[in-house]
Amino acid sequence: MRKIWNLIGGVHPPENKHQSVKDSVGSLPLPEKLTIPLNQHIGAPSKAIVAIGDKVLKGQVLANPKGVLSAGVHAPTSGLVSDIGDHPIPHPSGMSAHCITLIPDGEDQWIAHEGLSNYRDHVPEKLLEIIRLSGVAGLGGAGFPTAVKLNPQKPISTLILNGTECEPYITSDDMLMREHPEDIVQGIEILSYILGDPKEVVIGVEDNKPEAYAALKSYLKNTTIELATFQTRYPSGGEKQLIQILTGTEVPAKGLPSDIGIACLNVGTAYAVYRAIVFGEPLISRITTVTGKACAINRNYEILIGTPISHLLKHNAFNKKNCSRLIVGGPMMGFALENLDIPVIKTTNCILAPSEEEFPSPQPAQACIRCGMCAEACPASLLPQQLLWYAQSKNYEKLEVQNLADCIECGACSYVCPSNIPLVQYYRASKGEMKKQAEEKVSADRARQRFEFQKNRKEKEIFAKKVQRDVRLKAAAQAKKNSGTEGIIQAAMDRAEAKKSSPEDQHSRSARRIARFEDQLRSAQEKLESLKEGVTGDQHEQAKASVEDAKIRLAEAISSHGLSVPIPNPSETPDSASEAITRAQAKVTIQAGLSDEEKLCNTIVSLTARLEKATTRLEIAKTEGSEHIDAFTVAADKLKEKLATAEADLSKIRT
Amino acid sequence: MALLKLTSPHAHSAQNTARVMQLVILATIPGLFALTLFFGWGSLINVTLSCMVAVGCEALVIRLRKRPIMFYLKDYSAILTAVLLGISLPPLAPWWIAVVGTSFAIIIAKNLYGGLGYNPFNPAMIGYVVLLISFPVQMTAWPAPAELYPSDMQVPGLWHSIQIVLPLLNPDTLSGVSETASGTIDAYTAATPLDTFKQNTGLLVDQFYKKELFFSQGTWAGLGWEWVNIGFLLGGLFLLYRKIFTWHAPLGMLLSLALCSVIFYDSGSSSSLGSPLFHLLSGATMFGAFFIITDPVTSATSNKGRLIYGALIGVLIFIIRSWGSYPDAIAFAVLLMNFAAPLIDNYTMPRTYGYSKSGVKSNKKRKEDQSDAR
Repeated sequence: MRKIWNLIGGVHPPENKHQSVKDSVGSLPLPEKLTIPLNQHIGAPSKAIVAIGDKVLKGQVLANPKGVLSAGVHAPTSGLVSDIGDHPIPHPSGMSAHCITLIPDGEDQWIAHEGLSNYRDHVPEKLLEIIRLSGVAGLGGAGFPTAVKLNPQKPISTLILNGTECEPYITSDDMLMREHPEDIVQGIEILSYILGDPKEVVIGVEDNKPEAYAALKSYLKNTTIELATFQTRYPSGGEKQLIQILTGTEVPAKGLPSDIGIACLNVGTAYAVYRAIVFGEPLISRITTVTGKACAINRNYEILIGTPISHLLKHNAFNKKNCSRLIVGGPMMGFALENLDIPVIKTTNCILAPSEEEFPSPQPAQACIRCGMCAEACPASLLPQQLLWYAQSKNYEKLEVQNLADCIECGACSYVCPSNIPLVQYYRASKGEMKKQAEEKVSADRARQRFEFQKNRKEKEIFAKKVQRDVRLKAAAQAKKNSGTEGIIQAAMDRAEAKKSSPEDQHSRSARRIARFEDQLRSAQEKLESLKEGVTGDQHEQAKASVEDAKIRLAEAISSHGLSVPIPNPSETPDSASEAITRAQAKVTIQAGLSDEEKLCNTIVSLTARLEKATTRLEIAKTEGSEHIDAFTVAADKLKEKLATAEADLSKIRT
Repeated sequence: MALLKLTSPHAHSAQNTARVMQLVILATIPGLFALTLFFGWGSLINVTLSCMVAVGCEALVIRLRKRPIMFYLKDYSAILTAVLLGISLPPLAPWWIAVVGTSFAIIIAKNLYGGLGYNPFNPAMIGYVVLLISFPVQMTAWPAPAELYPSDMQVPGLWHSIQIVLPLLNPDTLSGVSETASGTIDAYTAATPLDTFKQNTGLLVDQFYKKELFFSQGTWAGLGWEWVNIGFLLGGLFLLYRKIFTWHAPLGMLLSLALCSVIFYDSGSSSSLGSPLFHLLSGATMFGAFFIITDPVTSATSNKGRLIYGALIGVLIFIIRSWGSYPDAIAFAVLLMNFAAPLIDNYTMPRTYGYSKSGVKSNKKRKEDQSDAR
């Protein structure tokens, strides 16, 4: 026997499942029209590929998945596409969405389809594509596209099949397990193959379904699939809760089951996968429970996707006067309908029509007395009474600290609340508001970053321009002093040229200049070499001076180009030590070639950059609350001091 | 059919606040019975008087706040406060004690803070402390158990008790005749076991128990009081069984009180501070453990928090009983810990599903994630 862990919290409402399991799964006559929403799953709506007036066959593709996270939609029966447009869909908000309306022709004629005779002959990718195109989405309630779930980013070691069905009243999975256990087991084996044959495969069933348990058990003899049963307690069928019950591990917050090597699928999904792979049948029908005292007949039906709920109710002797509300899904997490014309979709597991005595209108809420029954019931170990307090005061920061995001909205807290407080409603509203605020914050942050970046860049440009201008002024003054009018004209022309030309041009020109000066230097050095044997000291001195000159010019060109290439010196052996010496010499020459003012300007530029770096580092440290804040502050202060002295020196020189 | 805009969950358990309050009131019966058995009708008169005042005050405040009166009265919270306060008052205390205490508890301690669910302090204990500080003579005059009366004294009957509480109903008082000895409470009072024990100087605990009537006639911890405590213990266990509250706070308090007294019992020497049994079954220990500190509004929230909250109350009770100037300490200990409840909540958040360590840790981690994202 498998070790079973206890569900944290939870409640045990009256099960009310016996009413709808008396009869086998039935079928209903074709409705007058079917309304098939294009988005019955989580993700992007599918894209319609039929047009109004098209005749379609049963199983024919009506819409193809759009993107990865999407599922296709197929014709549940043969007929005529009469409309493509907005229609109310099953959604808590009562909203409308794109739907394809199909008028059945009554012939129920299948399109040609074919399954795989032996799926193990094909690669999992091929099976995934079939599942994707067959429109299979999680039948447990959320409608997550199954092909995506079966293609996790991490290796799966445990495959869990959810046959828990912990919500009261609902029996669709129960009936499916009773009537199609063999198909489910085969479906599980397909899933297992696709997921790379995980080490463990477990079916979880609550102990209130002994018939389903026995039915499955008889088909598991020759398999490695385990069948686990555990105490009936809501919400043990929640994905996170079931994983915790069966494995004792918890899905990390904000993570996925695949993060801990687990995939969890509904037994209904396994059945749909089986039909898709072995028979090539797309998902066009599902088992739905019709129950509640306002319906004289309580039973499960195999219902075509798109069947209006009013059609179901009509065939179950629905007494509208006695019905307190009409619920899609169970009494704990289902939502009340405002419109009977809404269709059954892939995730509709139950239509609940309770009478006034079953679900009386809610009493007015009283004050929270913090009794803590909600905290006892919460399967996520949250403190619902604290959450309520902060939700009422709109204290979103505190709600985040209290992990509101981890609330699964199971409704156990509201169920036990003696003061009738609609806790879950408060949490939903707060979650929506927090999501909105988070989005606003992200966009505001982006705008601020953009602004700061721009400001920074402009400041840098202004400073760089100022430095350049100073250097140019200095050079011009020097040139004026040195070489009379000709030099001035040349300098002015150079400046004009520099202004006109683009940065790329300037760059290449300076590169050319460096090359030219290098040539000059080399020839000067060669001259010096050749003169070494000669006698005249004067000539020798002259050649030496010209070498020095060329060196300085080259160094200047290099420094203005922004490169630090070592100056080639053929008179020395090119080992690394001598190279280092050469570099040092070159640096000294560069330094020597610069005036004090230029040197100071350079120092200021580099100091400013360093100071900027230090300040940003300090800010990051402050926001993170790092322990090095003090050290960073001291460093920044020192840099500031240095910068101040450098600036003072500069102004001294200039005056 | 109403196609209402209703959100899940649609099902609701049968529990409601009024039922919770009623059950708690019901659970005081064994203790109240013991009080009446040993100390006469006084406690019942107190409770009745308090209830009438409480309902009147509550209705008045709700009317002033322009809210539906019946809706709030029907939650039974005011009546529960009155019952708890009435039990805490000395039987046969003059009528105005109950009136002043209850109106202070309901109007100021409860409704001025926003009514049920919003009061930071236990209203019954606030009412009790206000009375204890303002009228120490009346509030420390506990009658002796009937068994300890001198042989010539009669236990006052119901009508006589009412006359003692409400002297206006006494024809002697009305006619101006000087009060007879049996017409006032003073005739019946005696020190409680806690008072008596505090005055022990120089005797071993065993010797002291033999000397003092309270202990020599009692079984474990003083005649009458032990049974009152056992009565409230029974009521409390009933509430635990009905899951009205969890075991954490009461157990925390009783264990820490017992532990403290074990440490300071000093094997029954003359400087002993009392045995664990003496502390557990004296004064208002059980009443406090199951009816006062379990008030959910003013206590800590999580189970771990409630355990700490209860344990600290137990320690405070022991400290005040042993070294303070008041013989019993439940009210002060509870009010002091009411202050601390939000702080305890802050540090005892349960670990949420999917988080590695405590909730606080996970939040720190989240903050790091945020700064990383930045």
